[in-house]
This record gives sequence, C-alpha cells and structure tokens, in this order.
Amino acid sequence: MATALQTEPTTDSPLTIGGRAFRSRLMVGTGKYRNNGEMVRAIEASGAEIVTVAVRRVDLDRTKDQGILYHLSPEQYFLLANTAGCYTADEAVRYARLAREAGFNQFVKLEVIGDRETLLPDTEGLLAAARELVSEGFKVLAYTNDDLITALRLEDAGCAAVMPLASPIGSGLGLLNPYGIRTIKRRLSVPVIVDAGVGTASDACLTMEQGVDGILMNTALAEARDPVTMATAMRLAVEAGRQAFLAGRMPRREVAMPSTPNAGMLEVGE
Amino acid sequence: MGGDHVSELEIMVNGEPRRVPSPATAADLLHHLGLDPRTVVVELNRKIVRRLQLNDTALADGDAVELVHFVGGG
Repeated sequence: MATALQTEPTTDSPLTIGGRAFRSRLMVGTGKYRNNGEMVRAIEASGAEIVTVAVRRVDLDRTKDQGILYHLSPEQYFLLANTAGCYTADEAVRYARLAREAGFNQFVKLEVIGDRETLLPDTEGLLAAARELVSEGFKVLAYTNDDLITALRLEDAGCAAVMPLASPIGSGLGLLNPYGIRTIKRRLSVPVIVDAGVGTASDACLTMEQGVDGILMNTALAEARDPVTMATAMRLAVEAGRQAFLAGRMPRREVAMPSTPNAGMLEVGE
Repeated sequence: MGGDHVSELEIMVNGEPRRVPSPATAADLLHHLGLDPRTVVVELNRKIVRRLQLNDTALADGDAVELVHFVGGG
C-alpha cells in the first residue's frame, strides 16, 4: 500500500494593517485613468481591496464628474485617502483630517513631498506629520524612500505600515534598490508595502520576491495601453512573487549543476 | 442697497468670492450650491464642520469656506 505522502503547500496569512485583515496584497490608485469605466474595470481585475483616493476642492461649476464615490462603492472597497501634493507637515495633517471626515475609516496614506521634480519625500516633515496624526488616532501608512533609518523612525512614531518606494512616483523605473527594500522588511515589524515606481508585471513580481507585504501602484495600470489586462497581469505577478518568496528560491551558483543524473548512462566507446 | 432688502453675505468659497442670501448656515450653503452633504466636507476658517453641525453653523461675512470631496489619486 502506498503511503500518502502529502506536503501541504505553504499557506499565506492575510495581510493585516492597523488591525484590519486583507486578502489581496495589491493596492491600487484611482488617478490618471482615461475614463472612469476603464478605471472601475481595471480595479476589479486587479483584485485589490484597498483603493487610494485623494482630497480636493469640489468643482463648483460642476462641469466635471461628481467625485470618485460616484464610481467606487465604499462597501466594495476599502478607501484609503492620501495626502498627495502636500509639501509641509501642517498641510498633510490638514488633508488627513479632511479625509477622515469625508471618509469611512481612520487610515491615511501619508505623503509629505520634498521636491517637485522627483516627488521624493521630505522625511523630516513626514515624521512630524506621522507623529501628529498617530496622536490623533489615525492609522498612518507612510510613503517614504528606501532609507532604513527613516523607516525605523516611522515605525517608532507608531505608523501602521511603512511604504518605501521602488522608484519615484509615476516613473515606472521598477525596483531600483532591492537591498534597501529587503533590509527595511527585515528590520521592521509593521507591514512594509512598496509604493510607487512599479512599471510592469516583472517589477511587481521581483518586488514581492523581496518578501515585502504588498505593493501599491497606480500609473502602471492607468497608463498601460490596456489597463484592465495590465491589472490582471499585476494581480498574477503579485501572487506569483509572493508565492515564490514563501517557497524560498534555490541558491545562486556560479557553476552549472546537471538536472539529469549521470548514474545509469551507457558506456562510452565502441 | 437694493430695494428688495435681501441681505447677502460675502464669503470665500474654494478661494473664490461668492454672495449667498443672509442669514445662512453651512447646510444652507451646500443646499444653495446643490451639493450633497454626505459626499462633501466643509471646512470653515480652517476648522472642519462636522456633518451633524452643518445646520447649526452660521456663516458670517468674510468667512473662508472650503468644500472638498474625494477624487482619483494614487
């Protein structure tokens, strides 16, 4: 009788941020889509649960649409407001408070930008805003660079998650510093979500293979020729990268190693 | 002074001057602009007006009002 030798596949635990559990490790933004229909279909295809939104003035002439809630149901998605476009801690805190009032949760994706060309974070302002918002009861997900020290300080400040960039916002340059991202993940206890810079599916897969907890992306979907198909690719890539990380890759070797046994080969010669 | 005796408030809404019939509350302003209070957040002179307080918050001449909502973003 054959013994059933079953190896259970490595199972993944849900991603928990600020006490909330999520199935999907892919989070998506809602900016820059050519139209709202395409955005809704892309978000559906991505399988994302967390969807980012921004706070802006209402268009009083209302020549434009009626806000994002008209297209995305807060019952279907976990809406994560950002403070994009803020250049000081005070401004970011103001936007976060408005977002909390407009929104459905205490979560905020905190951005304090330090430079208009690169959109790299102002880490001093970021830390100041994070401390203030944490003291006001916010669950802060802090967009930061790939610097370990800043990431550690954000964790110390009480952030619910730290979000280092793969490369600058909207650049699509992919994962520029795998070592930095791995180091941040290794040293932090809170979730590490890579935010910004992913351009295509291989970038997402490679990023997840570093062991991070998730990825947030926007432009890679919105600016793809076909956002819906790219969203499917990203969903699969994030899952593939996650599974590969959990599986544990083979060692790298500088020499070849045959996959086929030498034993049992026929004798050479006449 | 017009002959109709309808007094008005001059306030700033989203950075632009606007006249609204007086007296007016924050809720009146939203109604006047055709906005749904469930999807708009009101900030009056840099302080958020909670949704439940919209009816009790009177506007005064020179007030700066911001009306914001969620839009697409990353």
